[in-house]
Amino acid sequence: MTPEALLGGFATAPQQSARAFRAALEAMARPGTIWTLDGAAPPAPVSIAAGVLVLTLCDGTTPLHVGPSFDTPLVRDWITFHTGAPLVAAPDAQFALGSWADLTPTHRFAVGLPDYPDRSATLIVEMPTLTTTGPRLTGPGIATHAHLSLPETAAFQANRALFPLGFDTYLTCGNRVAALPRSTKVEAV
Amino acid sequence: MTEQAYNFAYLDEQTKTMIRRAILKGVAIPGYQVPFASREMPMPYGWGTGGVQVTAACLVPEDTLKVIDQGADDTTNAVSIRRFFQRTAGVAVTEATTEATVIQTRHRIPETALAEGQILVYQVPIPEPLRFLEPRETETRKMHELEDYGLMHVKLYEDIARHGQIATSYDYPVKVEGRYVMDPSPIPKFDNPKLAGNAAIQLFGAGREQRIYALPPYTEAISLDFDDYPFVASKADHACDLCGAAASYLDEVITDDQGSRMFVCSDTDFCGSRRAAGHVGRLGTPLAGGK
Amino acid sequence: MYVAVKGGERAIDAAHAWLAEERRGDTTIAELSVAQIRSQLALAVNRVMAEGSLHDPDLAALAIKQSRGDLIEAIFLIRAYRTTLPRLGASHPVETANMAVTRRISATFKDLPGGQILGPTFDYTHRLLDFKLAAEGEVPSAPTAPAIMEPVPHVTGMLGRDGLIQSEPAGNDTPSDLTREPMELPASRALRLQAITRGDEGFILSMAYSTQRGYGRTHAFVGELRIGTVAVEMDIPELGFAVEIGEIELTECETVNQFKGSKTEPPQFTRGYGLVFGQTERKAIAMSLVDRALRWKELGEDYSGAPAQDEEFVLMHSDNIQATGFLEHIKLPHYVDFQAELEMVRKLRAEALASKRAAE
Repeated sequence: MTPEALLGGFATAPQQSARAFRAALEAMARPGTIWTLDGAAPPAPVSIAAGVLVLTLCDGTTPLHVGPSFDTPLVRDWITFHTGAPLVAAPDAQFALGSWADLTPTHRFAVGLPDYPDRSATLIVEMPTLTTTGPRLTGPGIATHAHLSLPETAAFQANRALFPLGFDTYLTCGNRVAALPRSTKVEAV
Repeated sequence: MTEQAYNFAYLDEQTKTMIRRAILKGVAIPGYQVPFASREMPMPYGWGTGGVQVTAACLVPEDTLKVIDQGADDTTNAVSIRRFFQRTAGVAVTEATTEATVIQTRHRIPETALAEGQILVYQVPIPEPLRFLEPRETETRKMHELEDYGLMHVKLYEDIARHGQIATSYDYPVKVEGRYVMDPSPIPKFDNPKLAGNAAIQLFGAGREQRIYALPPYTEAISLDFDDYPFVASKADHACDLCGAAASYLDEVITDDQGSRMFVCSDTDFCGSRRAAGHVGRLGTPLAGGK
Repeated sequence: MYVAVKGGERAIDAAHAWLAEERRGDTTIAELSVAQIRSQLALAVNRVMAEGSLHDPDLAALAIKQSRGDLIEAIFLIRAYRTTLPRLGASHPVETANMAVTRRISATFKDLPGGQILGPTFDYTHRLLDFKLAAEGEVPSAPTAPAIMEPVPHVTGMLGRDGLIQSEPAGNDTPSDLTREPMELPASRALRLQAITRGDEGFILSMAYSTQRGYGRTHAFVGELRIGTVAVEMDIPELGFAVEIGEIELTECETVNQFKGSKTEPPQFTRGYGLVFGQTERKAIAMSLVDRALRWKELGEDYSGAPAQDEEFVLMHSDNIQATGFLEHIKLPHYVDFQAELEMVRKLRAEALASKRAAE
C-alpha cells in the first residue's frame, strides 16, 4: 500500500460524516439541488465530493466498482484503507465510482429485486461541470420542476421506467454534489 | 456536554453508515419499507428505537432538536429521548417547531407547517400497513411487489358496509406516488393531509420491525378512500379552550367526574405560541408577555 | 383550572432515584456483591448471557443486580451494551467434541464411550425446600473422581458411522449474523438457530412442549446432552496462526428424531440441535426440539399448521426484548389516537341513533 493512500480521510469522522450525510440526504431528497461536500482529500482523479461520499456511505459490507479511468493503484489503496469496501465488477456493485463513460452502459448495475427494490446500486458519477441547467426534472422531492446538467437523458428515462426498480445516482464535481433518484422523471429540453 | 464514553449520537460509525444507506434508499423509493439491521438501543423496543436510530444517523452537531410525543414536548418519553440526544450528541434542543432542524415525533405532525431544511422523524410501531389484514411478512412483501392492495380495499369497504363510513380514525394508510401503500404511523387521520406535499423530509423508523421508509419533500401521499366515500380529515368539533384555535387537533381533558371536559391543542408549542400572541380560548387566561 | 402537565424531567429523575433506593432495599442488610451473584446465582447469570448473546459472567451478574433480579431487564441491559462493542474478529467454530465435560448423558444408550456423567444436576433431587439453606449452613464438599482424559465422542457420530442418522454436510460458509443483518424469511437454519439460542427460555420451552403434545410432533430422543467448557480460538493475522483466547461453558443437546425415508433413501434418524451459553439444559433441549420441528420442509415432512413448525411465527416472537418492549409500550400515552377513536365512536353512535329514531 502506498503511503499517500493513508492520507486524506476524515479528521473527525463522526462529525464530518454526519455533515456529509445530511448534504447527501438533502441532495437525494431534492433532485436538482446542488450541495457542498468537504472534509476529504482523495487521490486524483477522484473529486472531493465523490471521495466524501465514498467515506460516508461505504464500508467493508458494500462492494464498490471503480470505473476504468479511476482505477489506479492509489485510488484502490485509498478506498481500501479508508473504507474496506471490496472492489468488484459492475454487476456485483452496491456503489460505483467513475466518469459517465466509465459507468455506461448502466444496465450492468443492480436495479434491485421486485420484492427488494432497495438492493440496487448507487452510482457516483464524476462530472466535468455540474449546474442547475439542462434536462427538466419532476417527481418526488421537487415542488414544481428542476433542471440539472445530466450527462444524458435516455439512460435515466430508461431507469425511471423500471420504477420501483432502478439505480440511484449522485453527480459530483469538485466539492459539489447533486443527486437523481430512480423516482425522478427526466425530460430533455 | 456530550458523554465521552459513547460515539457522537451514541451509535458507532458503521451502524450509522448502514442506517444512512437505508435512509437514502428509502428516499429514492418513496413509501417502500427498506429492511435495516436495527440495533438494540438503550431504550425499549416500541418506545421509539426506530426513530432514535434514524435521528442519530441524521444529526449533525449544529442541529436543533425537538422531540414530541402526542404533540407535546413535555410528555415523559419525549423528555427522555430529548435528553438522550442532549447527552450523546450535545445538540441544542427546542420546543419551537420553527426553530427545530430535526423533529422526532410519535403520533403527531406539528400544526405549524414545516419548511425546507427540516427533517421530521416518525417513530413507527408497525410499519406494514397490511399487517393487521395479513400477519405474515412473507405474504405482505409479495403483495407490495405485485401492487396487490385488494385486501386493504376490502377492509375499508367492510367498514362502510358495517358503519356507513370508513371507521379507521388513526394510522390511516396512504398511497405514495401511485405505487406503495404506506403506513403513516399512528397519527390521527386529521394529520394525513400534512404528509403530502410537505416541504420537509419525512423519515419513518421502525426499530423492532427493522424497517426504514421515507417521504421526500413534495411527495404525493393520498389517503385511501372511495369516490362515494371520500377521505375526511376529522377532529373534535370544538375550538381549543386555551388558545381558541379552531383548526388544530384537540385532546379531550376530563376535568371532573361530573362529565365536564375541555378541549386543548395536542400541539403544545402551537397552543403556547398562540397564547403568547394574545389568543384566548373559552377557558384560557391571557398570558402576560409571552413564553 | 386545567394546567398542562409540566415537569416531566423532574418526575423522571425522582422516579429513578426512588428505583435506586428500592433496588438497594433495606440498608441494614448487607448489599449483594456482583461476585456473589456470579458464583451463587450462576444459572440466572447463564440465562442472561445466553439471551443477552454476550458471554461475560461478570457483566451478566452486574445486570442482574442492577435489574433487581428481573432477568428480562438484565438481558436487555446486556443486549444494549453488546451492540456498542466493536467487532475485533470472529473465532473459529468451537469443537464441542473436545469439550471438557462436567455433565454428559445419553437417553438412547445405556452406556457409551466416554460414559454417562450425571454432573451437578437438579435431576433426582427431591424438590423439598432445604431449610438448612435458610440457616446459611456450610455445604460439605462433594466427592471427586479422577478427570476423564479419554475423548467423549458424540452419540450422533456413532450413529452416523452406520448411516443411521442423516448427515449434516460441513461447510465453510460464514453464516449470516442475526444481529448485523435484518431478518429475512425464509431463514437459513443457521439464522434460525441464532434466533432460538437467544430466544426467550419460556417461549422456546412452550414451543418445544407443544411439539411433544402433538402440535408438530417429532418423536425426539435426547441422543446426548453435554455440558462443559470448550476452547475458543481465533486467528491472529499478525501471528499467522490461531491462538486460544479463552474458554466458555456451553450446553449442547442433540436429539435423535423419528426416521424418514423415501424410495431412493432408506430410513434414517434425523437431528435436532441445541447449543446455549452456560449450564442451561432446559433451554438447550427445548432448542433442539424447536429446531427439529422447524426443519419440516428440508426433511420433506408435511406442514401440519403447528405453531412450532411456523418459522415466521417462532422467529418473530421468540425475542423477549422485542416482545417486552412492544408489550410495555402500550403504557405510553396514546391519547391522541384514543381521541381519534373516541370521536369516531361518538359519530357512529350519533348516526346510528339518528337513523333508529328516523325509522321509529
